[in-house]
Amino acid sequence: MATHLDISQVSIEFPTPKGAFKALDGVNLKINKGEFVSLIGHSGCGKSTVLNIVAGLYDATEGGVLLDGKEVKGPGPERAVVFQNHSLLPWLTSYQNVELAVKQVFKKTKSKKEMHDWIMHNLDLVHMTHAADKRPDEISGGMKQRVGIARALAMEPSVLLMDEPFGALDALTRAHLQDSLMEIQKDLNNTVIMITHDVDEAVLLSDRIIMMTNGPAATIGEILDVDLPRPRDRLALANDAKYVDYRAQVLTFLYEKQRKVEPINGNAKATSSSAAKVANA
Amino acid sequence: MSDLSIHSLKEKLEQISIKSLLLPLCGIIIFIMLWQVGASRVHTSLGVFPGPAVVYEQWGNLISEHQSERVKEQRFYERQEDRIAKRQAKDPDYVGKIRSYTGKPTFFDQIFTSLYTVLAGFGLACLIAIPLGILIGLNNAVYSALNPVIQVFKPVSPLAWLPLVTMVVSATYVSDDPIFSKSFLTSMFTVTLCCMWPTLINTAVGVAAVEKDLLNVSKVLRLGWFTHVMKIVIPSAIPLMFTGLRLSLGIAWMVLIAAEMLAQNPGLGKFVWDEFQNGSSNSLGRIMVAVLMIGFIGFLLDRAMLMVQRFVSWDKTQILR
Repeated sequence: MATHLDISQVSIEFPTPKGAFKALDGVNLKINKGEFVSLIGHSGCGKSTVLNIVAGLYDATEGGVLLDGKEVKGPGPERAVVFQNHSLLPWLTSYQNVELAVKQVFKKTKSKKEMHDWIMHNLDLVHMTHAADKRPDEISGGMKQRVGIARALAMEPSVLLMDEPFGALDALTRAHLQDSLMEIQKDLNNTVIMITHDVDEAVLLSDRIIMMTNGPAATIGEILDVDLPRPRDRLALANDAKYVDYRAQVLTFLYEKQRKVEPINGNAKATSSSAAKVANA
Repeated sequence: MSDLSIHSLKEKLEQISIKSLLLPLCGIIIFIMLWQVGASRVHTSLGVFPGPAVVYEQWGNLISEHQSERVKEQRFYERQEDRIAKRQAKDPDYVGKIRSYTGKPTFFDQIFTSLYTVLAGFGLACLIAIPLGILIGLNNAVYSALNPVIQVFKPVSPLAWLPLVTMVVSATYVSDDPIFSKSFLTSMFTVTLCCMWPTLINTAVGVAAVEKDLLNVSKVLRLGWFTHVMKIVIPSAIPLMFTGLRLSLGIAWMVLIAAEMLAQNPGLGKFVWDEFQNGSSNSLGRIMVAVLMIGFIGFLLDRAMLMVQRFVSWDKTQILR
């Protein structure tokens, strides 16, 4: 299969008062169409930076990103982003939030009726049609994130970028949304890059797990192919030997090979965490 | 509905009325008592400082003066119409000309003049400050360029602007058939110059403080400049914009009274000044009526702005007071 998204030799430096800070160094990754890839690593390792470069919100200092053979320049709806804290416009209803995206992407190709149907279809995918006319402050955190996903899906992106989409949710809601996402993924077969710090989430959802080394100058440490049959069921997998093994491999990488040493109240922490902030910003 | 719920509803209503009616009423009664006691101890060259009773009496006088002036005005026009009708009976070609009434404006005429002057000045200030504020908030370069100018002009007192505005208006607004009187324009521009700053600054801050995530959404969607401003920037700046608008309207009302007093423009300020120059035994009482009226109108203007904000703002959870 031809490479759909090609991240090649990407490095990025941020200017700081103490000189340039190199957050990423030589990240190489090829992603196929319809593949679900997770990026996992400790906080501050630059996973969000990778995603932001693919989204076009940051410009790589070296290297670049090719989508279907074309270089990515600046943000665009073909690389839709689901942000960590939903980022819905609080003054618009769920429907209007999705509508804003649909109008922007399909204003020339779809009629009014088609756009309406498309908006309702996407709200239906995330089971949110009942709250179409509610504003974000009237629905729960999980529901907001669902609408955020509907908005991103409605753009019909070639790559769906998810920046810790369920990170701000409680464990039960998160599990619920993960199941929803797998269901949607079964139908649409999108190409997805998802950032997570949850090992179970990564193994459950992904085809491949990209494990990142600690910053500064972070890069890809190991890549794990998750060869579990779909549809996956979290209860059945909980005692599955393969699943447990994959889980153990990721945990080993995170807590043995790339253990993050953060002294409490030390000077070292101040510098490393300020660097991490820059990388995560 | 069961008896129990009616009972609890009654209790709730009682609690609300105690909080929202009884306590403010107590405050007003205590204030009036202190005023009565304090006023009787202050002796001026125009007599004792007016207490609540005297002020109430003057309020009645001002109303009856207004009514009698209206009657006079009506009679004045009736007389003219009579005269014209009589002449036309003799000479059908005669075209009568009705002269407008030139009686002294009453207290209530002055209130009306002040109100539309302040609204015109405030309106003009909004027309300038909101677009400029949006521009400044969006663009750092414009902000850096304009900031020193804004900071210097912001604290200037209306009294300093007034002579300049008066001279400029008399020099530039030359017309044989003026739509607006010069005094109206002078007051209006002075109000505009003094009250635009809070709206300008708050709008700029509101626009500059749009959440970064929302800006990213706008970038990912590739929204055009106009859609970006209308859909993302302005709605998210509205709460701060209204903070600015309310401050501006308050300042506009205060500035207007000062401008009218000093520039002899018609309005409440002129009323106060005229009464002061008049120096009769009633003057202090009438000025006190004006003071209370100015305060009350200022309060109503602020409430009106608050209602507009409630209507326009998306954030219904925001506590507004």
